[in-house]
Amino acid sequence: MARLTTRSALLVLADGRFPAGGHAHSGGAEAAVKAGRIRDAADLEAFCLGRLHTVGLTAAGLAAAAALGLDPYELDAAADARTPSPALRTAARRLGRQLMRAARAAWPDPELDALAAAFPGGAHQPVVLGAAARAAGLGPEDAAHCAAYETVGGPATAVVRLLGLDPYRATAVLARLAPVMDEVAARAATAAHGGVDALPAASAPLLDITAEQHAAWPVRLFAS
Amino acid sequence: MHLDHGHSHHGAVSADAHRPDGTRRALRIGLGGPVGSGKTATVAALCRQLRDTLSLAVVTNDIYTREDAEFLLREAVLPPERIRAVETGACPHTAIRDDISANLEAVEELEDAVGPLDLILVESGGDNLTATFSKGLVDAQVFVIDVAGGDDIPRKGGPGVTTADLLVVNKTDLAPHVGSDLGRMARDAAEQRGELPVAFTSLRSAEGVGPVAEWVRERLAAWTAAPAPTA
Amino acid sequence: MSLRATARIAAGADGSLPVLESDGPLALRRTRAAVPGWARVTVVGAMSAPLGGDRLAIETEVRERARLRVDSAAATLALPGRTADPADYELRLRVGPDGVLRWLPEQLVSAHGSDLRVRTTVELAATARLVLREEQVLGRHGEPPGTLVSRLTVRRAGRPLLDQELAYGPGAPGGWDGGAVLAGHRATGQLLVVDPAYGAGPPAARPLGEHAVLTPLAGPAVLVTAVAPDALALRRVLDAALDELAPEPAGSGCTAQRIPHSGYGFGKETRVRNDEMAPLAKGSPEHVNT
Repeated sequence: MARLTTRSALLVLADGRFPAGGHAHSGGAEAAVKAGRIRDAADLEAFCLGRLHTVGLTAAGLAAAAALGLDPYELDAAADARTPSPALRTAARRLGRQLMRAARAAWPDPELDALAAAFPGGAHQPVVLGAAARAAGLGPEDAAHCAAYETVGGPATAVVRLLGLDPYRATAVLARLAPVMDEVAARAATAAHGGVDALPAASAPLLDITAEQHAAWPVRLFAS
Repeated sequence: MHLDHGHSHHGAVSADAHRPDGTRRALRIGLGGPVGSGKTATVAALCRQLRDTLSLAVVTNDIYTREDAEFLLREAVLPPERIRAVETGACPHTAIRDDISANLEAVEELEDAVGPLDLILVESGGDNLTATFSKGLVDAQVFVIDVAGGDDIPRKGGPGVTTADLLVVNKTDLAPHVGSDLGRMARDAAEQRGELPVAFTSLRSAEGVGPVAEWVRERLAAWTAAPAPTA
Repeated sequence: MSLRATARIAAGADGSLPVLESDGPLALRRTRAAVPGWARVTVVGAMSAPLGGDRLAIETEVRERARLRVDSAAATLALPGRTADPADYELRLRVGPDGVLRWLPEQLVSAHGSDLRVRTTVELAATARLVLREEQVLGRHGEPPGTLVSRLTVRRAGRPLLDQELAYGPGAPGGWDGGAVLAGHRATGQLLVVDPAYGAGPPAARPLGEHAVLTPLAGPAVLVTAVAPDALALRRVLDAALDELAPEPAGSGCTAQRIPHSGYGFGKETRVRNDEMAPLAKGSPEHVNT
């Protein structure tokens, strides 16, 4: 039963070039930039730190649980309950479907096929991420790391594009947050071992509020 | 896992020529090219030329979401449900080449929603000369440049000019005004492209897009004449 | 001295309250509900003092076809205790078939130095209705906030409907005051309305001004999420949403009893109230279990 842990598979899955649609999502950064809440690297760091401890932890928990093989229906329902914004639920399912496409090409696996068939409109992205990690031979903590990293990697890249922020400073923000990502991933993986009811549900009011505003903009660069 | 392990093709392979029900999917043609060369105008003109005889739909990839989609809607070239805009996160070339997943979602959703379709036009956001479509997304691609952008563009080459299945040199009516030499552009293009076709267009008249429309019909005929799909 | 106390409420279909048990600082009063068939309970004064180390709980059961409104006489003020332990405050709410619960307490104010964990668990029958308001205020006027971790879990017919946890203050993980979470706002809150009638089509998502949003959940429910510079501004947004989504039942005395300055003008005035009520909490040892 023990799956081989392959560190390089984790790099493939976590790579920003993995074609799963993430590049078009800012994780709320586009709205925060417009509202003046992100103006520089320090704001970006605070924004990313907040994301990590809220939606990042929640996503990491779901991903870890899916990687452990917990019931994906229950996990998807848990993800719905943790995502009050319909714009973010839609984005999560769309990204889930996009990730599923890439994951099935990368790591063909009957469990992924079954998950895709069960959720033709897409399961929540963290659930698919965990399943993809599982198909790649990775474990729950790997999946949680990947989710945590995505939580901040997306906004950092988006802010580089939106503000012309020095990419070295943006990368330094990510590097400074690395220990927090580790901590969040560890917490998420530990929680996942406790079952669906033990999963974190940390939320961020402003992300929910601005997601709906952003979705209604007539003109925007990022999908969310 | 309490999942049905039934096999599904849904969204599995991007270049698969079949829809999940085993029928042949629509032909997908990409239109790329630099900003302002007339991609959206070409798409609009193609829709007007082809919509009476073909079932077609359009996916746009704007730098700013919806701008091109809204132009097409305003011009009423197609019913709104046949036009989808894909957000590109400020990187339109990424969405058509490196990570095509959002565009694949869009074309498949269009086929599910309004299908069956004969043809889907995928318009790239205005980008640079290096932006080309992934073969995982489109079956053929058109690269649109214009005479006002300089008559040395064909000579400069680049992946779009050299490898596109059709090179369109647009706004030929402007050539005398901007001092572009159409003959030189044709010679340079032929040198860069070998046997690959080049079309010179002016969209000032409704028939101006004719050569492109003709090429599209040929591609479509070849697509449908290909061996019948086996599910 | 830390307290352990569990108060209990049960509402019956005929407007009765078969269970109404105060405990320690949690004093419950039956108050007047103008609409026949409704019961109303007000948590008075002593609710305003979860101190560090306290473990307080309120269990509420709305039985089949019962209709209950629960409110509070003043804002709940989380205060630092003598021990370093956080205070625990647990709210366990159950609503049976065709039951209705309107849970509309005043704000929770996290005073400087306080550390409170709130756990609200709601179990709804498929045909139950719920209106639930939560408001958190980050510190009394002009003071930095204490720590709060507040989780709200709502299950309907055994399925998760809403699960959210908000954390802020010096004891919370970082980033809570950054651009993703609260961004300097000093009040935040939610209004949840669950109604099986929404099954046909809940209201569409829409912004309520710049700092609030109405969102249909993945179930027959609507959530209003808001941040605001202060409790007054927050209440204004949530009240407007409440009036639109789930107005007080017609003829109910509850509307008339919504006193404009009792709860959310919690500045000096409410601090006085809490000071008055604090002795109530500490001076009733006969109700203290531990």
